[in-house]
Amino acid sequence: MTKLQKFKESYFLYSFKRDKVAIGSFLILVTLLMLAITAPWIAPMNPYDAENIDIMNSEIPPMWSEGGESVYPLGTDNMGRDMFSTMLYGLRTSMIIAGGAVLLQATLGILVGLTAGYFGGRTDAFLMRMADIQFSFPYLMVAIFIGAIFQVVFGIGSYERLAVPLLIVIIGLAEWPMYARTIRASVIGEVNKEYVEAARVIGLSRPTIMIRHVLPNSLTSVMVISTIQVANAVMSEAALSYLGLGMPVTTPSLGSLIRSGFEFIFSGSWWITVFPGIWLILFVLVINLLGDWLRDVLNPKLYKG
Amino acid sequence: MSHLLEVRDLEVKFALRFGDITAIDGASFKLDRGEKLGLVGESGAGKSVTGFSIINLISKPGYISKGKVLFEGKEISSYSDEQMRKIRGNSISMIFQDPMMTLNPVFTIGFQMVETIQAHRNISKAGAEKIALEKLKKVHIPSPEQRLSQYPHELSGGMRQRIIIAVSLLTDPAIIIADEPTTALDVTIQAEIMDLLQELCASDNMALILITHDLGVVSQVTEKIAVMYAGKIIEYGPTDQVVTYPVHPYTEGLIKSIPGNVVNPGEDLVQIPGMMPTLTNIPPGCAFNPRCYLRQAVCTKTTPELKDVGNSVMAACHMRYKGDGRTNQ
Amino acid sequence: MFAFIIRRILQAILVMLVISLVGFSIKNSIGDPVRDLVGERVTPKERAAMAEKLGLNDPFSTQYVRFLKNALHGDLGTSFIYRKPALEVILKHAPATIELVLGSALIIVIFSLPLGMYTALKPRSLFSRFVMGFSTLGVSVPVFLTAIGFIYLFAVTWHVLPSYGRGETVDLFGNGYWQTGFLTIDGLKHLILPCISLASIMMPLFIRLIRSEMMEVLETEYIKYARAKGLSPMRIWFVHAFKNTLLPVVTVFGIQIGIMFAFTILTETVFQWQGMGFMFLDAVQRADISLLIAYLVVVGSVFVIVNTVVDVMYGFINPTVRVAGTK
Repeated sequence: MTKLQKFKESYFLYSFKRDKVAIGSFLILVTLLMLAITAPWIAPMNPYDAENIDIMNSEIPPMWSEGGESVYPLGTDNMGRDMFSTMLYGLRTSMIIAGGAVLLQATLGILVGLTAGYFGGRTDAFLMRMADIQFSFPYLMVAIFIGAIFQVVFGIGSYERLAVPLLIVIIGLAEWPMYARTIRASVIGEVNKEYVEAARVIGLSRPTIMIRHVLPNSLTSVMVISTIQVANAVMSEAALSYLGLGMPVTTPSLGSLIRSGFEFIFSGSWWITVFPGIWLILFVLVINLLGDWLRDVLNPKLYKG
Repeated sequence: MSHLLEVRDLEVKFALRFGDITAIDGASFKLDRGEKLGLVGESGAGKSVTGFSIINLISKPGYISKGKVLFEGKEISSYSDEQMRKIRGNSISMIFQDPMMTLNPVFTIGFQMVETIQAHRNISKAGAEKIALEKLKKVHIPSPEQRLSQYPHELSGGMRQRIIIAVSLLTDPAIIIADEPTTALDVTIQAEIMDLLQELCASDNMALILITHDLGVVSQVTEKIAVMYAGKIIEYGPTDQVVTYPVHPYTEGLIKSIPGNVVNPGEDLVQIPGMMPTLTNIPPGCAFNPRCYLRQAVCTKTTPELKDVGNSVMAACHMRYKGDGRTNQ
Repeated sequence: MFAFIIRRILQAILVMLVISLVGFSIKNSIGDPVRDLVGERVTPKERAAMAEKLGLNDPFSTQYVRFLKNALHGDLGTSFIYRKPALEVILKHAPATIELVLGSALIIVIFSLPLGMYTALKPRSLFSRFVMGFSTLGVSVPVFLTAIGFIYLFAVTWHVLPSYGRGETVDLFGNGYWQTGFLTIDGLKHLILPCISLASIMMPLFIRLIRSEMMEVLETEYIKYARAKGLSPMRIWFVHAFKNTLLPVVTVFGIQIGIMFAFTILTETVFQWQGMGFMFLDAVQRADISLLIAYLVVVGSVFVIVNTVVDVMYGFINPTVRVAGTK
């Protein structure tokens, strides 16, 4: 039986097909992903290019309101950028940062978790103590703090230029313990099972056993927490950007777009805040809904804090 | 004359996503005052479900789909939950399998005993404590006064099971249903608990339904026995008769597999080949047929009914009905 | 029990040492204590003399020990912006944040307990589905968006509640330290939106936590046994299941209170609430390293103390831990 056939007959696909919420969320997520990837081609204008921006066009309301123009379907922001285009680019930026940060967390966390779980003893005690200490602090606070330190070290100018990689590093560093703890918990569960014993008996080396045998068995929990972590990373990025520790207004993410819009909410220009806000909520919501569904289907024993 | 408890053609189903499955298929038995009945079978045979369905406390998604449970002539299987509450823990008490899990870990023994009495009797806390103490003495618990203020985890498994037995005695019930009361305990304590149950039944004229997979225990304690296999009672009768002259090949196999019973030291124990089918794929005909050494064509086609095979024994086996329904023993 | 408490306290001290080490390393590598004290207008020579006098040329370990000693005496450095001891600045801003957290915690307890229990007991009812759906939506909305939404509706559109600041406050102890907003109508009005915003991020989490704990408890043997004893559903739910549900929830609540401090940074920014979070961001924007590190140490201690107290408290209410002595 090929892998495709196997997948077609799996319980995974079966329960997916039966769950309307999961299908809907999946479709929306795929659409959002596609929009983000193709943003440079489908966006009516490039909001990052100063030449396209005319301050005279600032704060134009959405096309259905009075004073709206059909060139700017969702209106323009305070700098005269087309909201729709800016939101596409913003979503793209948010996704790149969240994706990168989760990859970084996962790599760090899996390495630490595997090492701790497999070697046990002092290595385990030390690594997990470290993870616990960091874990006892809210990740958002850790992220804000690392962000603050980075901003002081780099100075605001360079910080803004390096914002994307820096945010990836900040969010990655702030949230790796979640992966480390989950992986370790499942590794410890797996290591004592007989198949690991058997692999050891036939003389496989430790790294081989870890990577070929133990890791695949821990992947279910990794998948489930990854959805939560992506949602968290998007939220962290938005929060950091909202606080002015993230993407600059010139190349905004959704968070910084909301930040710049907030000032204008009192003068009635609600659309600069509301549209990116809905965009952000929609994105996080579908990830959370898919995560809930995934957790129900795979139902792994997650590490309970 | 009505019996203390009568279960008539009881059928229990579990509503699952892909349809209902039958966990108990037409079980019938009777129990009189002071009588002791053993419900025997492998795990998954439906004996625990039978026990719980008597007090209508089957875990969801299970439900009684057919049949009746009569207690003192009244059809309690049709009672509302509120009516049923007056019977549960009052006239019919239950003892659960694992004493480590049965008591609520965050309340003291005294608290859990007093609330049981107060749920059924209009009595002061002091009065209830007096009864609790009396029952603790009855189950031979050392320094009972002290126990009342202790938490479950401070006591050993055997001690906890004694406490649970004491709890079940609080309201002087007519029937105690004991679901594998000794399975989770050490062998030495098992015997003590069984002795205690027997002693209490004798002194208080209580009826006992003993649910167990251990035919050896049942044969020593009960007067009547019902053997269950894949949701059905396949043999039912007086214990000494069934144990000495088993009719159904399954019962026969069970008895032969008791260590030191039939086989002499040094010989291999008799095993019944194969495994009991799960409830979702019970074979057609007699559920036992794939494992049976007497199997004939008829066994794979029609399901045998429980019929009188003589000496007050009922059995469900095509091969053992003779002419007028009597065996050749 | 005694051994358990001692062990928890030792652990807490260890964590504090790690935090202080991290804080000091940052301060040591990027901070500028001379500037903190005398500002930027000094000659290089004076700077060097100051540095020598402050012991900035000593080895790392010596300086760290000095930092620890000072910290134990309540000296966490001097804030460059405020020109005052950092600890004093933080303590001055603390009451505003504490009142915000208290208000939200109150809202969370009042709503999440009944909602969580209801959704566990009647999972199929329409109302439960509504609550669960709403809570999924709730965790997906960033706290600053909730806050902005409230401001737009209640302050900008309907003009019923104020949008920023703490309003009229009263001096609680008469020594100028604790300005409370709980005692005036205006102060309370100013508290409403920030507290609800802050609560909104934790509320879904607690509803779900209480729900799942309760559902797990309802599946246990001892609940089934309680039913077999003939107890009424009310008694089973509100006495037996309730206490078992609450134990883990209390622990998580303690930890979540700590997490709420992180979200106060966001809430306070939106509402321009003059608390520690607002002060922190100000310190970030103006590169006040000493104040940042002091904030780290203070908030770190709050977390560690809260976690330790919650653990010990848990030990007292949970009889299983109490006797076993270890967890």
